[in-house]
Amino acid sequence: MRRLSYRHALREAFDEELARDPMVMLMGEEVAQYNGAYKVTEGLWAKWGDKRVMDTPISEAGFIGMGVGASMLGVRPVMELMFWSFYTVAWDQIINNAGMVRYMSGGLINCPIVIRGPANSGTNVGATHSHTPENVIAQFPGMKCVVPATAYDAKGLMKAAIRDNDPVMFMENTLLYGEEWDVPDNSELPDGELVIPLGVADIKREGSDITLVCHGRAVHTCLKAAEILQSEHGISAEVVDLRSIRPLDEETIFNSVRKTHRLICVDENKPFGSIGSQIAAMVQQHCFDELDAPVLRVNSLDAPAFYSPPLEKIQNPTPEVVVARALEIC
Amino acid sequence: MSSPIQNKPASHTKAAINVSLSVEKKRGLYRDLCRIRRFEQISLKYYNAGKMGGFLHLYIGQEAVAVGCVSLMGENDHIITAYRDHGHALAVGMDMNACMAELFGKRTGCSKGKGGSMHYFAPDKNYWGGHGIVAGQTPLGTGLAFGLKYKGLKGAAMCFLGDGAVNQGSFHESLNLAALFGLPIVFIIENNGYSMGTSQKRSSAYPGCLAERAVGYGMAWKQLNGEDLYEVRAGVHDALERARNENKPTLLEITTYRYQGHSVADANKFKYRTKEEVERYEREHDPIHIFKTHLLKEGVLDEAGVATIDQAAIAEAEASAQFAGQSAYPEPAEIFDDVYWEVDQKTEAGQTGRHFFND
Ligand SMILES: Cc1ncc(C[n+]2csc(CCOP(=O)(O)OP(=O)(O)O)c2C)c(N)n1
Ligand SMILES: [Mg+2]
Repeated sequence: MRRLSYRHALREAFDEELARDPMVMLMGEEVAQYNGAYKVTEGLWAKWGDKRVMDTPISEAGFIGMGVGASMLGVRPVMELMFWSFYTVAWDQIINNAGMVRYMSGGLINCPIVIRGPANSGTNVGATHSHTPENVIAQFPGMKCVVPATAYDAKGLMKAAIRDNDPVMFMENTLLYGEEWDVPDNSELPDGELVIPLGVADIKREGSDITLVCHGRAVHTCLKAAEILQSEHGISAEVVDLRSIRPLDEETIFNSVRKTHRLICVDENKPFGSIGSQIAAMVQQHCFDELDAPVLRVNSLDAPAFYSPPLEKIQNPTPEVVVARALEIC
Repeated sequence: MSSPIQNKPASHTKAAINVSLSVEKKRGLYRDLCRIRRFEQISLKYYNAGKMGGFLHLYIGQEAVAVGCVSLMGENDHIITAYRDHGHALAVGMDMNACMAELFGKRTGCSKGKGGSMHYFAPDKNYWGGHGIVAGQTPLGTGLAFGLKYKGLKGAAMCFLGDGAVNQGSFHESLNLAALFGLPIVFIIENNGYSMGTSQKRSSAYPGCLAERAVGYGMAWKQLNGEDLYEVRAGVHDALERARNENKPTLLEITTYRYQGHSVADANKFKYRTKEEVERYEREHDPIHIFKTHLLKEGVLDEAGVATIDQAAIAEAEASAQFAGQSAYPEPAEIFDDVYWEVDQKTEAGQTGRHFFND
């Protein structure tokens, strides 16, 4: 088993998919010659050249729409938003074109695209650069949305996303790019490659007293909280990493709640209409008799991202807050 | 990058708008240039010492553009720019302490620590930011011009953007709106040759220069050399007068150069361009040096006067960092201030229905 950074794992996924299918190509601002603003695509332009790895001007609506159009002819563009926050500039292309064309054409057309890039706050880059739009995107039927928390998941989910025939919105995290995890070499794998299907959650830590449902960086917040709950309070928390937001693995969530009877949804969305809101609604409906306490949510504090470093730090869920909320219901 | 057009100092120096400058005003312009450069050099020092977070996009090398343009502003003239916004802020007269404290994330900052480097604003000085989304400010600038015309005020908006921002749809829509509605605006492309690591040639299709795209909108345009403050003033003055007197927009392209990386985090700053190129600009095209040479030749300043101004700028910038360092961070409760006007003012509207959803 090798240790691989999150960015390196993504790069491997691109490299393997570029090799597998000549229709796969990467594009975005600074992805080619600059090697990526966050070095995710480093070395790929040198290896694959201008046609497969392409720099674009700062024209998000234009180049993303161009990728959507090309995908209707069977090209499989993987498009980087330097920050997912810039989705607002390309909103019409993403939602109305990529998201709706299949339905409006009565199924005649599909858009096998991936739009990817970092979608996180917590780096003091201000309100406009700190959006976490997975809840916004997942609101639209036709869209798929994936948020990996580890290098292993990032690689396997990216390969599945590229092979998927629907638009997949892939949300990474600048605070995780440099972190390392175990990622098997292809030679160690029975199928010779790592592909993780969309719509399958992963239990990152087993437990019996309370379920923490989370995704993205909040997974690591929850894992730390679970450690504190165990060591300081003797509470055994189960950490369910959604990995994929839409499609969503509701069975894994429900099974965990049936075991622990308590649930906190933790994510870095703003609370109104967060991913946790959706899950809370589903769990109270489908697991009502299993619950021994109200479902709680821990979200980013309900204001735009604060620039000031110490203030932004407390805006996002911390292990301490998760522990405090858990103690309220355990 | 093509080398900047050749300087013709004599003609710009003799432009009426420059000839009319008093000795005091000229010294003031030199002081503004030095204050911006020293502020930024010192902010870089404290950034590297870990006193700030996020991005720091420095304006060093481009100072004559902001100072030259702002020096032409009258009571009803307004400006707006992108995230490389410190120079414009200091030029309009924002308090240096408040600017530095904003970088430090302190509550004494110009945006109370909420905006950071990319988001300076001073509506009282007709400065509308400070915007992080590339070209996002260009419709807003168009709106400032629309507002002036709507209110019947004689003034103009100056809307700054980078050479990379010219490829956003919102900018093209703005050009059309401004020309169609006859708005008093000057769009100013600060062309420093690069958008992050991408040279102008690799990002844009254009006829002779970027400003020439104005032809497609039937709009006046001109290319200026931004290393000479006198040239900036002469060219921008004409465009401002066209806006104020005729309600006609202009697209200007001012060639300039940034010495630092795109932001402090730019790891490739000597990969997409050579160290020699940067050093050549510092040596041969430095706007502060060029303006100093003018003033020495004109006898407006002598070497001692120049040094005094620069020393004062260094001292002021260092003092601003001390001020910022000693200021308090905002309180957690302040996170929920400044989200809604009505809530902040405790109006009836602000107290009706739930506005925040923390639990
Ligand atoms: C919509 C959007 N896309 C991308 C970015 C990331 N970004 C910030 S600045 C920049 C380069 C802009 O270059 P230019 O317009 O030439 O301005 P300069 O930085 O040279 O002043 C990029 C790609 C952004 N902030 N907003
Ligand atoms: Mg530029």
